[in-house]
Amino acid sequence: MSGENGHMKTHFDEPSLDYSATETKIGEETIAELRQIAARYPQPRSALLPMLHLVQSVEGRITPAGIEICADILGITPADVSGVATFYTMYKRKPVGDYHVGVCTTALCAIMGGDELLARLQDHLGVGNDETTEDGKFTLEHIECNAACDYAPVMMINWEFFDNMTPERATAILDQLRAGEEVQSTRGARLCTWKQAERVLAGFPDGRADEGPTAGPASTLGLEIARRNGWQAPDPDAVAENKGEEG
Amino acid sequence: MADTLTPVLTANWGDERAWKLDNYEQRGGYQALRKALQMDPADVVTAVKDSGLRGRGGAGFPTGMKWSFIPQDNPKPKYLVVNADESEPGTCKDIPMMMASPHTLVEGVIISAYAIRASYAFIYVRGEVLHVIRRLQQAVREAYSAGYIGKHILGSDYDLELVVHAGAGAYICGEETALLDSLEGRRGQPRLRPPFPAVAGLYASPTVINNAESIASVPGIVLNGANWFGAMGTEKSKGMGIFSLSGHVTNPGQFEAPLGITLRKLIELAGGMREGHTLKFWTPGGSSTPLLTDEHLDLPLDFDSVAAAGSMLGTRALQLFDDTTSVVRTVLRWTEFYKHESCGKCTPCREGTWWLVQILKRLEAGRGEEGDVDKLLDLCENILGRSFCALGDGATSPITSAIKHFRDEFEAGMHTPAWELFPYERSTIFVREPALAGAAGETDPGASA
Repeated sequence: MSGENGHMKTHFDEPSLDYSATETKIGEETIAELRQIAARYPQPRSALLPMLHLVQSVEGRITPAGIEICADILGITPADVSGVATFYTMYKRKPVGDYHVGVCTTALCAIMGGDELLARLQDHLGVGNDETTEDGKFTLEHIECNAACDYAPVMMINWEFFDNMTPERATAILDQLRAGEEVQSTRGARLCTWKQAERVLAGFPDGRADEGPTAGPASTLGLEIARRNGWQAPDPDAVAENKGEEG
Repeated sequence: MADTLTPVLTANWGDERAWKLDNYEQRGGYQALRKALQMDPADVVTAVKDSGLRGRGGAGFPTGMKWSFIPQDNPKPKYLVVNADESEPGTCKDIPMMMASPHTLVEGVIISAYAIRASYAFIYVRGEVLHVIRRLQQAVREAYSAGYIGKHILGSDYDLELVVHAGAGAYICGEETALLDSLEGRRGQPRLRPPFPAVAGLYASPTVINNAESIASVPGIVLNGANWFGAMGTEKSKGMGIFSLSGHVTNPGQFEAPLGITLRKLIELAGGMREGHTLKFWTPGGSSTPLLTDEHLDLPLDFDSVAAAGSMLGTRALQLFDDTTSVVRTVLRWTEFYKHESCGKCTPCREGTWWLVQILKRLEAGRGEEGDVDKLLDLCENILGRSFCALGDGATSPITSAIKHFRDEFEAGMHTPAWELFPYERSTIFVREPALAGAAGETDPGASA
C-alpha cells in the first residue's frame, strides 16, 4: 500500500515480526514433520514454502522461533527464511483469527459488487483491512483475483470458495460461524479453522477431499449446453479414417 | 467442421465424484498412459509436436517444441513442473479442472514426464485454493497406490516421483522463472533468460514448465492422435480450449470449444449480456491482454487472429463489462493489482506501477491534471519492454488499450469523478435497477445472437 503524500510505503513500515516474542508451540513432533516435508524434495530448501505453512498451522502466524527452526533444519540463515516469509501474502506476521475472510476486490469482482461486499463486512465485523476481531474469530482482508471470476463476487473463508456472494449472504455466513454452526463452502468442504487449513497446504491431508460437489454450476454450463445440443469432440475413429481430409 | 462446443477436459465435470480414480478409469482414464509407456519417449514428444498443441497458459508456445529443447545428452536430472498458479485476473479454468478431475492432470503429468525422461515432477498450485489442493493430493496418492506413479510404473522400467506443491500467494510465481525460484524455496522473482529453463531450470537442470491445461491436454492427444486434435480449431491454433466467460453476461461459466470460436457465439451461449445492457469492453485473455470492444465480436478467438487485432488470446479469460462500467475505474483496479503483485526486482515495474496508480486515482476522482492522459501513455512506454519480465508489460496493456478506445473517458477525469459518470451501484449484480432509461428500449437482450 502507498501513502497518500507520495511516500512509498514498504513492508518495512508494516508491523514487523515481534521479535520480543520468543515462546513457541513448535515441539519435537512438529520438528519431525518439518523434516518430513524437507525429505519430499530433491533439494531440501524447496520445502521452505510448505514448511512455513506448517509453522502457521501450529503458531497461528510466522514467528521468530518458526523462522529459526526452519533455517536450522534447512541449513540456511534466518535472514534467508525471513526474506521468503515476508514476500508471500499468505504468510502472516500478526496472529490470524479462526476464520480468515478474504473478499476479492480485483477489477471484475470489485465492479460486480466486491467493493460493496467488503465495506459491508468491515462494518459488520467492526474491523478494517487485515485486522482481526477482538474475539479472535475473524480476520478480514481484501484479496486479489482467486480464479473464480465466473462466480463473482467471490469471498474466500480459509481459502474455500464462497461463490456469488451478496452482502446479505456473506454476513449470514459469518453470523453462523460466530454462533459455532457448521458451514459448508459452495464448492468445497465443511469449513475447518485457518490453522487446520494451513496444515493441509503443508501437505498433511485432513480427509476432507471427498466432501463437496465435483463442480459448480458455472463450471459445467458449457458441458450442459453441449449435451442438450448433442455437441461433442470429434470421434477419434472417424477422424482417423478421414486422414488428410480435414481443413 | 467440429461442433460448436467440444468437451474433452470438461467432459466428466458433470459426473458424480469425478475426482475419484475409479470413476476416472471407468471413463477410459489412464489408457493413454498405458499407450504412452509402450512408445519410445521421443515418439511421445513427436506425437505432441505433430498435434500442434500450443501452450494454454497464455504465451501459446508450441508444447512439443518446448519438450524437444530438453538436451537429452545433459547428464543432469530432468524435471517437469506444472504451472498451476492460476492467478491472472479473469482466468478461472485450471482451478475447476483440478477440482473436478485432478486425474486428468496427473495422467498428463506422468505421460509428459515420461516423454522428457524426467523422474521427478511437481505440480505448483497456488496456495489459496484449499479444496483443489486436497483433491490433487488425494489423486496423487491414489495414483501411487495404483502403480501409475512410483517405481516401475505399470511394470515398466520407468520411475517417477510427483509432488503437489502449494504456493503462498504471489501472482508473479505464474511467471515461469519466478515459479522456479519459488519452488527452490526463495522469493518468487524472475530470472534473466537465457539460459532458458529447458537448459538450466529447476536446480539449474533441464526443466519443462507447462500450464496445467496444456499438460491435461496430452492424454487425449496421445490416445486419439494428432488428426483428432487437429479436427478442432484452426490451422495454426489447433485443438480445443476452455473459454472462461465472466462479468456482465447472463450466465457466466466455462465453455470448452475449438480455438477460433467468436465472442458473439460465446455470449449467445451464455444467454446474452445482462438484460437491458450492451457490451462495452472485454479482455480476450486476462487483464494483461489489451482490451477489445464490441467491434471485435466476430474476431476468431485463436492465437493469430487475436494478435492481428492488437491483443492476445492469453488464457481465454473473457471478462465482459457492460455499458454501466467505468473503464477508468476498471483500469485503476487492474493497475492496483499489478502494483500489489510487482515483485520489486526491477525499477520500471516497481516504480512505474506505483505512479500509474497515483494518476489513475486522481482521474477516477475527477481531479486529474492537464496532461495526465499523455503522462499515463508516457509511463507505459517506459515500462513496456523495459521491465524484467512480462508482469510490467502486462500492466501497461489495459491502460494503453483503454485510452485507445475510450480516451474521452480518461479526459473526463480532469473534471468529473468516474462514479458520477458511471454510478458504481449500477454495475453490481445484486442491485437490479427498476428503470434503465434509454437503454432498455433499444437493446435486444439477445442482440448477440
